[in-house]
Amino acid sequence: MSRAAAHHAPDHAKGPAAGAAALLLQILLVANSFIMIFPILMMAAFGFKSTAEIFSKPFAFPDLTNLKNYVTVLVETNFFLYLGNSLLITGTSILGILTLGTMAAYGLARYSFRGNIAIYLFFLAGLMVPLKLAVIPLFIQMRDLDLLDSRLGLIIIYIAMGLPSAVFILTGFLRTLPSELEDAARIDGAGDARIMWSVMLPLTKPAMVIAAIHNAVPIWNDFFFPLVFVQTDARKTLPQGLTAFMGEYTTNWGVLFAGLTLSALPITIVYILLSKQFIQGMTSGAVK
Amino acid sequence: MSANLEWPLRRRVWVTFLIVPPLAFMTAFVVVPILSAFVYAFYDWQGLKRADFVGLRNFLDVLGREPWAATTWRAFGHNVIVFVTLMILQNGFGFLLAYALSRQLPGHRFHRVAVFLPVILSSVIVALVWKQFLHPVFGLLNKTLGLLGFGAVTTPWLGLSETALWALILVNAWHWVGFPTLVFLAGIQRIPPDIIEASRIDGVTEWQLVSRIVWPLVAPSATVVFILLFIGAFNWFELPYLMSGLEGSPYGSTDVLGLFFYRTAFGNQSSGAQDFGHGSALAVLMFVFIAAVSAVWTVRLRRREIELS
Repeated sequence: MSRAAAHHAPDHAKGPAAGAAALLLQILLVANSFIMIFPILMMAAFGFKSTAEIFSKPFAFPDLTNLKNYVTVLVETNFFLYLGNSLLITGTSILGILTLGTMAAYGLARYSFRGNIAIYLFFLAGLMVPLKLAVIPLFIQMRDLDLLDSRLGLIIIYIAMGLPSAVFILTGFLRTLPSELEDAARIDGAGDARIMWSVMLPLTKPAMVIAAIHNAVPIWNDFFFPLVFVQTDARKTLPQGLTAFMGEYTTNWGVLFAGLTLSALPITIVYILLSKQFIQGMTSGAVK
Repeated sequence: MSANLEWPLRRRVWVTFLIVPPLAFMTAFVVVPILSAFVYAFYDWQGLKRADFVGLRNFLDVLGREPWAATTWRAFGHNVIVFVTLMILQNGFGFLLAYALSRQLPGHRFHRVAVFLPVILSSVIVALVWKQFLHPVFGLLNKTLGLLGFGAVTTPWLGLSETALWALILVNAWHWVGFPTLVFLAGIQRIPPDIIEASRIDGVTEWQLVSRIVWPLVAPSATVVFILLFIGAFNWFELPYLMSGLEGSPYGSTDVLGLFFYRTAFGNQSSGAQDFGHGSALAVLMFVFIAAVSAVWTVRLRRREIELS
């Protein structure tokens, strides 16, 4: 068998033992996918049921036209307010991370100067630091800056948290761009800023997408920093707002599950559309 | 690229403009807070005000004096259990799934997307959904068990000291197993196909292939997921907080260092007191422990990678 053929059909094991192994692995995969997806489907299905139905007939197929619980969540709770805050905070943080991260990465990847490696390692060290453990000093710092209970305070913390990984991902990518591109533009009379903006950055977009997803998912999902820093309901993010809303509707399971489903919906849709980029983005740094 | 001594002033200004703002930001909001935590731990705190310098007292308190020490060590023990169990459940099972996915059996693309689906969800959603599913009477788990004829083993999983921590560990594994799976999968896909091909021709069994060839060759992926799990397990907070509450109910059976740190620093409903001194001491100890073990272990795992390659 040629190498190319082997590549297309790695499962070319022969004999009944190998067949049995393949069958076992297939069963494992199907069972696992069921365990991964079934609870999520049940969550969405419960959103279509009344509390009494959830208790008495949990496995019955839901009446998909019964949108009562979903409407309750959208109309009677602050769902859209929390959603807006999450979008604002995640979006602004990513903008900040990409701007500062690209600046540092470009300087480090495209210019050699004394201290270059030291500064790169300085950023890398930030990758291993669990910033959660610095929450007390951050709390004091935000109080001094008068940014407690504000969205800007969260954005600043998220930018700080995301910067190391963005510098790591973007520097790695920018180093691979050939310097001939720069030289050619320089001969045409372009300055440093122009070369960066018009020649190099358009080529960096794929790495920017990876760096953006790598940080957007944990920021979008974060609960810890809002818990510590935000108290005012109007400034809460979606995950944080969800806990408030759970407290309010403790006994109404139908509405609870509708709320959970609606909160999971935005990121799930984007994930299904962009699963390749999501997987690449979230495992980048862990995968060479 | 040119050496910076020959650079015209304009370029020096340009590179300074690129490097300094991100560097300043990192310094102000990562380095300064981390270093401050070390300073704060040596002081007594009156609410949000720093009071007297107390030397090592906060550290000695949380490690050896009541009412702190017993809680610290119990929580630490729970973190160890969480870490060890997840090493097997999450990383071990993740490797197995990765191997299964690498065989490119029918439907592998779907299974790859499915295993990663919970990973993208917020801990809040995962915790609250599973909290309802684990409800003793109306929860989906006990309903399913009843339906399958296992009604006898149904129990209030989150309500018993014997089962609560294990329930949380399983939920965590459900949430995160996709991460090690896809990191291992990327590692397996980097193995040159000829190696697998050759060993198959030599007639090795499936098990030998997995344990003697694939596992050693994904050592770099193992290093990454082991270290990340270690950091995650000793920082564990969201899941126990949302499913068992700030005190690690029932009876502290799910109390971990993250909860104890948060309670100490920011108070709880019963006392409402903020104790930044002892809180900082706990944070510093956790930080030093995580950093030291990760560093030593990374070196050892890297050495293992070289030996196995």
